[in-house]
Amino acid sequence: MSQQVSAKEPNAEQIAEQQIYKQMGVSDNEYELICGFLGRRPNYTEIGVFSVMWSEHCAYKNSKPLLRRFPVTGPRVLMGPGEGAGIVDIGDNQAVVFKIESHNHPSAVEPYQGAATGVGGIIRDIFSMGARPIAVLNSLRFGKLESGRVKYLFEHVVSGIAGYGNCIGIPTVGGEVVFDDSYDGNPLVNAMCVGLIDHDKIQRGVAKGVGNPVFYVGPPTGRDGIHGATFASEELTDESEARRTAVQVGDPFMEKLVMESCLELIDSGIVLGIQDMGAAGLTCSSAEMASKAGNGLELYLDQVPQREDGMTAYEMMLSESQERMLFVVEPKDEAQAQEIFDRWGVICAKVGKVTDDGMLKLFHHGELVGDMPVTALVDECPIYDKPSAVPAYYEQNANVDTLRYDEVTDLGEALDKVLSSPSVSSKAWVYNQYDYMVRTSTAVRPGSDAAVVTIRGTRKALAMTTDCNGRFVYLDPEVGGKIAVSEAARNIVCSGAEPLAITDNLNFGNPEKPEIFWQMEKAVDGMAEACRELDTPVIGGNVSLYNENTKGAIYPTPVVGMVGLIHDTDHITTQGFKSEGDAILLLGDTFAELGGSEFQAIVHGVTEGRPPKLELNTEKNLLDTVLAAIQQGLVRSAHDLSEGGLAVALAESCISGGLGAKVSFESNLRPDITLFSESQSRILLSSSPEKAAELEQFISSRGVPVKNIGKVEGQNLEIILGGNSVLSRPVKGLKQVWEDVIPCLMNS
Amino acid sequence: MKFAVLVFPGSNCDIDCYKAVEDTLNEPVDYVWHTATDLSAYDCILVPGGFSYGDYLRCGAISRFAPVMAEVAKAAEQGKYVLGICNGFQILTEAGLLPGTLRRNMSLKFRCHDTVLRVENNENPFTSQYEKGQEIKIPIAHGEGNYYCDEATLAKLEENKQIIFRYVGNPNGSLDDIAGISNERGNVVGMMPHPERAVDSLLGSEDGKGMFISILKAWRDQHESASIR
Amino acid sequence: MIKATVYVTIKQSVLDPQGVAVQGALHSMGYTEAQSVRIGKYMEIKLDTNDRNEAEARVKDMCEKLLANTVVEDYRFELEV
Repeated sequence: MSQQVSAKEPNAEQIAEQQIYKQMGVSDNEYELICGFLGRRPNYTEIGVFSVMWSEHCAYKNSKPLLRRFPVTGPRVLMGPGEGAGIVDIGDNQAVVFKIESHNHPSAVEPYQGAATGVGGIIRDIFSMGARPIAVLNSLRFGKLESGRVKYLFEHVVSGIAGYGNCIGIPTVGGEVVFDDSYDGNPLVNAMCVGLIDHDKIQRGVAKGVGNPVFYVGPPTGRDGIHGATFASEELTDESEARRTAVQVGDPFMEKLVMESCLELIDSGIVLGIQDMGAAGLTCSSAEMASKAGNGLELYLDQVPQREDGMTAYEMMLSESQERMLFVVEPKDEAQAQEIFDRWGVICAKVGKVTDDGMLKLFHHGELVGDMPVTALVDECPIYDKPSAVPAYYEQNANVDTLRYDEVTDLGEALDKVLSSPSVSSKAWVYNQYDYMVRTSTAVRPGSDAAVVTIRGTRKALAMTTDCNGRFVYLDPEVGGKIAVSEAARNIVCSGAEPLAITDNLNFGNPEKPEIFWQMEKAVDGMAEACRELDTPVIGGNVSLYNENTKGAIYPTPVVGMVGLIHDTDHITTQGFKSEGDAILLLGDTFAELGGSEFQAIVHGVTEGRPPKLELNTEKNLLDTVLAAIQQGLVRSAHDLSEGGLAVALAESCISGGLGAKVSFESNLRPDITLFSESQSRILLSSSPEKAAELEQFISSRGVPVKNIGKVEGQNLEIILGGNSVLSRPVKGLKQVWEDVIPCLMNS
Repeated sequence: MKFAVLVFPGSNCDIDCYKAVEDTLNEPVDYVWHTATDLSAYDCILVPGGFSYGDYLRCGAISRFAPVMAEVAKAAEQGKYVLGICNGFQILTEAGLLPGTLRRNMSLKFRCHDTVLRVENNENPFTSQYEKGQEIKIPIAHGEGNYYCDEATLAKLEENKQIIFRYVGNPNGSLDDIAGISNERGNVVGMMPHPERAVDSLLGSEDGKGMFISILKAWRDQHESASIR
Repeated sequence: MIKATVYVTIKQSVLDPQGVAVQGALHSMGYTEAQSVRIGKYMEIKLDTNDRNEAEARVKDMCEKLLANTVVEDYRFELEV
């Protein structure tokens, strides 16, 4: 094995003696394993390649045992986890492709570029499957919207998402934004992309056919995002300082050209395998493509387009320069491929060859500078079963009585307070910066329970949402995990869609701490059970760990991205009340459950106790019933009850519809609990007066608790409990409170 | 009547314009690449929105030098209909086919939402289907839609009835609430709002249909009167 | 080889909202002496020529045609050998 001639790079002996591998996150044991696979000590390039392939991001070494607990198959699943994105059949030879991915750490350092490249990366995952991306969603978490730093992160993350998505011309249709102290210093930026594909166009990242050429597509490689280990081991000089890892910069214009040219290439039918260069760039894409085909791969690094002078093999293999793809075609099709990229003005270079020896071989300056077994890189990373321990806070919360707070009597003021929580308030400040209409298919815009995108040429549409209440998951990860999946499904059903499948983004703290690993384990168990009960398998996802700082870990936040199928655009349903006189029906039971609620956090200033309980068979029955009612044309509006409970759900339906409501019913709970409890499996429906009785009868025939609680009327939201008016507020005033919060905080 | 939808590297409302023509008029429409050097086959040229050349340097500044732009100028000269929407409007001002320019929004932020436009001139090939003073709901989606021109130009626009649409509630700081203008002759129109996004009530509004129908009617009137004579 | 340094700024008569925003930020940080802020673009162009007069004419042309929009922007440039 030749040692790359570079004054700065340590040789194999130095790496061993000085344990340089440790700075790359490779343990002593892992280093020994690597030496065993190679039959010698790795050189600098090789240890670098192993370190990224054996990282959590690529190998899931800490989370794999948990991920295996998810149900990943189903009658509609065409492709589960393992490829760029999962694929679900939606009939008529069409399928929907989707995935969510985090860019938390880059966004904490450079929010604009971190968020922008997060969006760019997830879009590449979708079109590398051969799918046309049709929508983007974002699930965001920040600290309290008070400090200058949080405002800075929030403002720049949003403009980074806007800058990338708007330019590339894919609508950003939905998502969620939550503000909570636990994310202070550790913002979460999770981006989800949804694409459409015909079954026969589905691509895989495989390096098929020994002897076939391997092509690199996209802008030249620079020293972007190379992990900091490179220079940590040497004295800082001016030269090394200048060469230090640069922030990855996104170029949405380039990605638009790469996307259009790659889709044209795929359409031509000549592609044997294609994969995007995401984390760990050339390393991960080449090793995975070879592995999936059971082949080897040779890369000629001198042929790799380079943006900077004097790049080493190590730097090229580890660079995370954006907007790059790798693909394989047969030699006879080379010219045709080249012609497509020339037409779009995109660089395309032949950088390698598929081989049959199962080795990833790297050549640079005429020498072999890396020679590693592909299976060792992709499949042999040790998997760790981490110890898990029940955290003390969980035990303590068992004894917290969440009804011990003094009764809140001014419920109008309480509603104002909850509506002006930035997490509950209008997110128009955010989504008005996103082009959510480009591609002219957005039937339900951001701000309802789920976004709806129509499918041209059919009567079908797709509903999509992201959800996770981190407070519930923190208080009880298993129940919180179930709630995350169920709430997503409820949002999908309220839009008139049948839930299809989920993609998940597991955001947690440091898994080496047993209490954090316990959160992961329990949350995954809860989600897995909910996915099984609700028939929504997990078709892919992402894991982001170590989201913590000196102040502690984030709330465990396993974000659920769900997509549902609307069989006929006539079934599209939104949350706003539609017309004066319509009947308002409340489905589901309300219990005295304030643990982890918005009301508890905002009005009482604490997050404690146990979260609301959730029965999956109750939830499933509710979802099936509501969907059937919508499909029968009995429903005018549907809204799930979540943060802020019944009071906020009613307020939001009034605000969205620009109409008032008068509801009156009996409750054996205290009024403040009745209005703000966050009991699960509840949905608010409205229907025309003529159909109200039929709707109520249908719902109760299916065994779902239902109450006709009042009517859409007037300009006020009035709530009467047991004959006493407990809340009356003009809708206009509520709207103003709800709309003004974020703009005011951002302008102050 | 034959429509061309121009495609520059980075155009992203090209598909929407194409669909709008297809769905609203059912007339033939083609995508035409930025390198094309002959537009003689087309009666109306749509310059779509998007981020041509990434909006790098200035919106529309690089696209205006694309080979097809010389043909667009020629078509305008011949009296054919040219409609620039959003980035297309920016390209037409950079190319000098329409006066003024589009600056960064006053809020410094990209803004995407419905706006209400008032039809200021309905004696134009693009707006005959509307009443003068009619208010229509058409969405915007731009970061640089703040129309500007000098006073003399504004006076001329006013005098020649070249101001086609004004915003009711100015979203971006545009001079005199201007949302869309025409050239002197009236056959070239540029506007920041997106009529092609307002042709289906399922997606929020049908108020943009009138523009496409107006264009077809203008063309038919011109051609029928020509063929009768 | 001649290096041209081109500065493009928004005309004095035209509002520069970015500049106003930055000025506001400076004020709120206590830099009240910042009387006005104008934000512009800075470009470096390496020209393959040694003829200063020719370079002058060509760069002026570039500015007029592409680098600045003279409806709202002013430009100036410096040449150095």
